[in-house]
Amino acid sequence: MSPELSRRSLLRGLVAGGGLVFAARLGTDRLWAQSAAEPTDWSPDIFVTIHPSGQITIVTHRSEMGTGVRSTLPMVLADELDADWSRVTLEQATGNPTYGDQNTDGSRSIVQFYQAMRRIGATARFQLERAAAEIWGVEQDQVRVSEHGVVGPGGKRLEYAELVEKARTYDKPRKSKLVYKTPEEWRYVGRETKTYDLDSLVTGRGIFGADVRVPGMLYAVIARPPVVGAAVKSVDDSVTRKIAGVVDVHTVAALSFPVVFQPLGGVAVLATSTWAAMQGRDALKIEWDLEPAGKNAQYDSAAYAEALHSSVSSPGKKVVDEGDIEATLAGAVRTFTADYYLPHLSHAPMEPPVALAIASENACEVWTCTQNPQAARDQVASALGLEPDQVTCHVTLLGGGFGRKSKPDYCAEAALLSRHTGKPVRVQWTREDDIRHDYYHSVCATHLEAAVDEANVMVGWLGRSACPTIMSTFQANQDRPTMEMSGGQGFHPPFAISNRRIEACEAPAHVRIGWLRSVANVFHAFSVCSFADEIAQGTGQDPVEFLTRSVNNPEHRLVKVAQLCAEQAGWGRQLPKGQAQGFAMHASFGSYVAVIATVELSKTGEISLPEVHIAIDCGLAVNPDRIRAQMEGSVVFGTSILRWGSITAKDGAIVEGNFDTYPVARMGHQPARTVVHIQPSDQKPGGVGEPGVPPVAPAIANAIARITGRRIRRLPLTGQDLSWS
Amino acid sequence: MQEILVNGKRLSVEGVDPQTPVLWVLRDHLGLVGTKFGCGKMQCGACTIHVDGVATRCCMLPLAAVEGKTLTTIEGLAEKGDHPLQQAWRAHDVPQCGYCQSGQIMSAAALLNQNRKPNDRQIDAAMAGNICRCGTYQRIQAAIKTAAESMGGAK
Repeated sequence: MSPELSRRSLLRGLVAGGGLVFAARLGTDRLWAQSAAEPTDWSPDIFVTIHPSGQITIVTHRSEMGTGVRSTLPMVLADELDADWSRVTLEQATGNPTYGDQNTDGSRSIVQFYQAMRRIGATARFQLERAAAEIWGVEQDQVRVSEHGVVGPGGKRLEYAELVEKARTYDKPRKSKLVYKTPEEWRYVGRETKTYDLDSLVTGRGIFGADVRVPGMLYAVIARPPVVGAAVKSVDDSVTRKIAGVVDVHTVAALSFPVVFQPLGGVAVLATSTWAAMQGRDALKIEWDLEPAGKNAQYDSAAYAEALHSSVSSPGKKVVDEGDIEATLAGAVRTFTADYYLPHLSHAPMEPPVALAIASENACEVWTCTQNPQAARDQVASALGLEPDQVTCHVTLLGGGFGRKSKPDYCAEAALLSRHTGKPVRVQWTREDDIRHDYYHSVCATHLEAAVDEANVMVGWLGRSACPTIMSTFQANQDRPTMEMSGGQGFHPPFAISNRRIEACEAPAHVRIGWLRSVANVFHAFSVCSFADEIAQGTGQDPVEFLTRSVNNPEHRLVKVAQLCAEQAGWGRQLPKGQAQGFAMHASFGSYVAVIATVELSKTGEISLPEVHIAIDCGLAVNPDRIRAQMEGSVVFGTSILRWGSITAKDGAIVEGNFDTYPVARMGHQPARTVVHIQPSDQKPGGVGEPGVPPVAPAIANAIARITGRRIRRLPLTGQDLSWS
Repeated sequence: MQEILVNGKRLSVEGVDPQTPVLWVLRDHLGLVGTKFGCGKMQCGACTIHVDGVATRCCMLPLAAVEGKTLTTIEGLAEKGDHPLQQAWRAHDVPQCGYCQSGQIMSAAALLNQNRKPNDRQIDAAMAGNICRCGTYQRIQAAIKTAAESMGGAK
């Protein structure tokens, strides 16, 4: 392999059959399609190339982990360009700041790039129309695009293919000259268009992280330290090295704090097959040095839960302080108080982390399932002592992400091992690796107090939250929630209450803390939505009426979406004994979601879900079918969190390891019927991937409380008594 | 072992440790990467293939155990990728990330081979071994019914 590895040289190698052979050629055709820079092509922007054949290549720069965004953003561009989707080829961008932000998390792909894709499409369209107008000798306003061509006076038509040569000679038009399509003219936005990858995903041809293969590659698995920060004291690899197929055993340096995206360290076994590497790892005898892990080695979830409850029992650092909460609580007609506790969660995407790297002295090429290819590039560069532009990060399809794959520690592992061996190396994480060495969703305890006046109106609200902060992953001495307390993280109730205080309480981190689908909204929305329902119940009010009225703005989008959900779900209808409806509403990531769950409990407490309605106002519904799919998925994801989601530590090590000890929802656990309602809207698009998750668990828990008469104040449900009589 | 029968072809597995799980034989040795690794403990179903027509998790199934048997993977389910289930999967836009879908389709195909008209409970039972973290279950269920109907079963 040439020391000067460039993407183009490798891909030339692929085409010539000289350097690379991919296992699944059929799948690679599409995922790795290249807009080979023919001089006759026209690229009005880095995101789009129109070929003289009329075929259009659109660069898709966000990662596909199931939301459909790899298709949806290009659809927006194709829409404005009036391109025929069947003549569009997608090219997945490598990690490069030239494309703008590529970190596919925070439910912001459409939020950030919808208008940019429209503008790029409109720019290309302007130039194509100009070319046609000049050819016909008419004014530009007499021509218009129509399905991959331009039509002019008298029904004349020129295909895009015929206009490329002329259009490519123009300078880009000024933004003020661009005319955007009206919604009536849209072809794909707001319509039902199949995603680009649908065919490859139903035939097994989609290329995921572990599906990229190169000749001579080694397969690696790593025995990582059981406690974050621990180092290898000694390793006996004598048995490992005797296993057929094992090529090398190599110690990866321990990390230093803060952990950021560094590899965890440990002992890597490199082999000629995944199985040999796994066998080799099983045979290692490693002694760990826990000293550098400090207090992490004592992390014990049972004791830590007590510490968190204690932390929220006294005042923390004030984040919001409006009015006079102390006097309001002291003088209230009635007060409510409750503590909630939600444990750590692991992301557990179906595809565990995996990366393939080819590193040389002064370059590195990586193929991986990453949500954040620019961070992957930077982390690999930093691990190898290279500049970011010496690293190329190719993005495969992701078998789920949920936030895990924004953290590229596994990419750096592959790069280091490739540098060490001089060979291409794939690092494969097993399920146990994934669950025991995650960037965990935070454990959290909250304490809530509310004051209610004689008219049953909430007049005071005190909220305290203690959760190890995501910031602890990036900086030293981050011992209480910070970003988790911001307005977008669910702990500021959406109600008009003039006396309110929000406090951040101490909670040091002892594992790597990361963000998981909807982040702090998971535990904060559970606390707020459960507590508000408890107040409604305690004051004898209908929860939908009480909560929406408490917002004190009938036009609020959260109120509107709650009403939509209530109407559609038949809120308040008579149900048989053992069944109840539960309600929750929550705004996050620029969208508004309401959930009404019908829950059935057997007398012994076995739960089933006859029906769940979920309504979303995400502004303009750019890709309605994928929005419905995300809402359906959110109900299942929320059900997993509610029923089983729990990661625990003992002596600093994570106890759970696979789906037997960290169960997630299976088909039989989903609602018998999930119904999605999308609020029609022409507002700016909001997020979709995450905002469906937060209200699901509290809606179900609120229904359970109606049946059993006992509030659910900690998760998961497993092991809790849900019986009733 | 010299060879195994996969998707109607005899493929060489010479030199492969007979204790190697079939999943890794398919993926690492034969380059058939449509079958996925999800858990390695027969917990998630991402690795589901057919062994003599029966849906089987192959992540713990030793190579030695499939000698003389007929294996089918997602790549071999239908030559043109147009099995009624695959058609139904398209019609219902089932996949989100898609990673588990090979296994889901293989489990569903084995079910329909035995029961042309499965009801909800039978579908749930047959699919209980296949996890989808994206939560596409409702559409999988609907797609199985559509496929059953097109195969002349349920209506």
